[in-house]
Amino acid sequence: MENLLVAENIYKRFGKFTALNNVSINIPRESIFGLLGPNGAGKTTLLRIINQITMPDEGKVYFDGKPLRPDDVVHIGYLPEERGLYKSMKVGEQALYLARLKGLSKHDAKERLKYWFKRLEIEGWWDKKIQELSKGMAQKVQFVITVLHRPKLLIFDEPFSGFDPVNANLIKDEILKLKEEGATILFSTHRMESVEELCDYIALIHKSNKLLDGRVSDIKKEYKSNTFEVGLDAVDEATLRQELEERFQIGPARFKSIQDDLKLTIKLKADESPNDLIRFLLTRARINHFVEVIPSVNDIFIKTVTQNA
Amino acid sequence: MRNLRLIINREYLARVRNRTFIVMTFLSPLIFVGMILLIAYLSMLNSTEQKIIGIHDESGMFAAEFKDAEQVQYLDYSDKSLEVARKEVLDNEYFGLIHIANVAPGEKARIQFFGKDAPGFGTIENIEKTISDKLTREQLISKGIDMSEIDKARAEVSVDIQNFAGERSSKMSNYIKMFFGGAAGYLLMMFIIIYGNMVMRSVIEEKTNRIIEIIVSSVRPFELLLGKVLGTSLAGITQFSVWVILGTVLLFSISSFLGIDPLAAQMPASTMVNEVAKPEINQLVIDILNLPYASLLGFFVIYFIGGYFLYSAIYAAIGAAVDSETDTQQFMFPIILPLILGIYVGFFSVVENPHGTVSTIFSLVPLTSPIVMLMRIPFGVPWWEIVTSILLLIVTNFGVLWLSAKIYRVGILMYGKKPTYKELYKWLKY
Repeated sequence: MENLLVAENIYKRFGKFTALNNVSINIPRESIFGLLGPNGAGKTTLLRIINQITMPDEGKVYFDGKPLRPDDVVHIGYLPEERGLYKSMKVGEQALYLARLKGLSKHDAKERLKYWFKRLEIEGWWDKKIQELSKGMAQKVQFVITVLHRPKLLIFDEPFSGFDPVNANLIKDEILKLKEEGATILFSTHRMESVEELCDYIALIHKSNKLLDGRVSDIKKEYKSNTFEVGLDAVDEATLRQELEERFQIGPARFKSIQDDLKLTIKLKADESPNDLIRFLLTRARINHFVEVIPSVNDIFIKTVTQNA
Repeated sequence: MRNLRLIINREYLARVRNRTFIVMTFLSPLIFVGMILLIAYLSMLNSTEQKIIGIHDESGMFAAEFKDAEQVQYLDYSDKSLEVARKEVLDNEYFGLIHIANVAPGEKARIQFFGKDAPGFGTIENIEKTISDKLTREQLISKGIDMSEIDKARAEVSVDIQNFAGERSSKMSNYIKMFFGGAAGYLLMMFIIIYGNMVMRSVIEEKTNRIIEIIVSSVRPFELLLGKVLGTSLAGITQFSVWVILGTVLLFSISSFLGIDPLAAQMPASTMVNEVAKPEINQLVIDILNLPYASLLGFFVIYFIGGYFLYSAIYAAIGAAVDSETDTQQFMFPIILPLILGIYVGFFSVVENPHGTVSTIFSLVPLTSPIVMLMRIPFGVPWWEIVTSILLLIVTNFGVLWLSAKIYRVGILMYGKKPTYKELYKWLKY
């Protein structure tokens, strides 16, 4: 049982519109899983199905090896994209209420709230009403409510949209900390920078279909094109460029360096190794810069989406 | 179950702690009592006012027939000329002047009334009756009929109404039944509208606050819906109890302080009957005491619960379908319509004929049955009709709750769209 959550062949239609078309994902334990896709791809629908807010038309969801049951909500923490709190209720009171809805006893909920309020340095807010707090402050409270019952699976829908930069960073750190503490995290986003930093696994959803999924490093290996970025210092740059052009497929490169050198990307054939390239360059120029070009998730995302358009 | 209790608890507290709710709870009885006292005061003022009416009787036959009463005093101007009489009445700002022209016996009497304002129906009727009585008597005497024989022959008749079980009732008791039934039906309608709206607002609030998705990730939408309806109804019962207790205490303490009898003020008609017909009044008291309070209260509770649940489920579905309260307008009419219809059928059809076809049908149709049946019950309804209507109400409740829950489940997660009926129908199939 290495997967905490498995969704198998999920279909969901709203009238004539198909929101999810045969989508399957596997979320390994204690990993961070990114659900990527443009707006309207079906990410939120999938998250709602996992949260049992909507039911799939077809397909099964397994949690911890067993079919997902209504009681499993206590093991899941969900921060939806559309998030808010009761405006006229006191912070502490509604945090207690929401925690108890997740099955915590009043006493436990209180203890843990105190701990989290301390951890995020918001102790003074207990008796404040949400309408007295700023949006950023309310977001912290929402985060606490999501993680309070120590769920095995944490689900964040677009966690960084709507959060101010300071809170976004704080949430990012907390997500990593929670992962260390043993939680499994699933989040959806259309912002790729955060994926690069956080995710171990991703799945790409586009127009209701899953196009791609797997370990981020595996996907990157698959998508790299045996291309290298080089910075060279040669006596006769023109001759060197010509020689390279005859032997390899080259292109312009842009990167920062302190040298005023020849910058190129060099694509090797599938059977060639970087060592062949280095051997070729060694006798002809000084190598200042030599890096394999690894596609960013953003590149992969755009490439896959445009291919399938 | 545990979550349902938590939700009910929160909803109840949210309603009860609301500032408007507190103000309304404690202010309404004050306003209500104040209004009753005002009416009592005004009707007292009205009854102490005395009218002075002048009489100019050329025939000399009728002036003595007009007897002073509590509210009217008659002044005889017959010995003066009509012109002088008119002037004096006008100068003294009296209510008016009756002029009875001298006519030969057998001719039609010519009577005129002069006044600043047109007199009320009662006054005119009184004048006409006095004169016509006197004339009839005179004519009978002139035909040689002994009046004392006629007086002896006059018979008092009052129909004694009984049902087949032998229970007595009277015309008055029918009014009382109407009053109690009507009050119960009307109260029910007010309650449904006020608290149904509360449920709807609370659903909209959760939607606009965007907390709804956080909650439904912990509890089933149906549980939330049920908890909301139950919690709000508890708040309603609390408010109602406070009203009854506070209203009663206030009414009696203030009225005893001011020396006004609020019951007398409510039924001015009964004070008039008082002297004339003591047995009638006794019957009235017996009727009021004999009303089946226990079953009336029992059925009120049953129909209140049934009706309130039915309508608040619909209110909740509407709340879920819209984004703001201003969008609810288009859906309000179909809710209000059956309620108003129930009240109208109650006040017109039931009063006219409590067991007629229209009344019977509307007291069985679930959307109107809580109101109409409550109005019919004081008149005695066959038990099988009540059972049928309650069963129909329960079945409809389940159906409507099921449909509402479907719309609710989809609606709470829909933002930014103003839904149409067609769309709501589509949601049922998601």
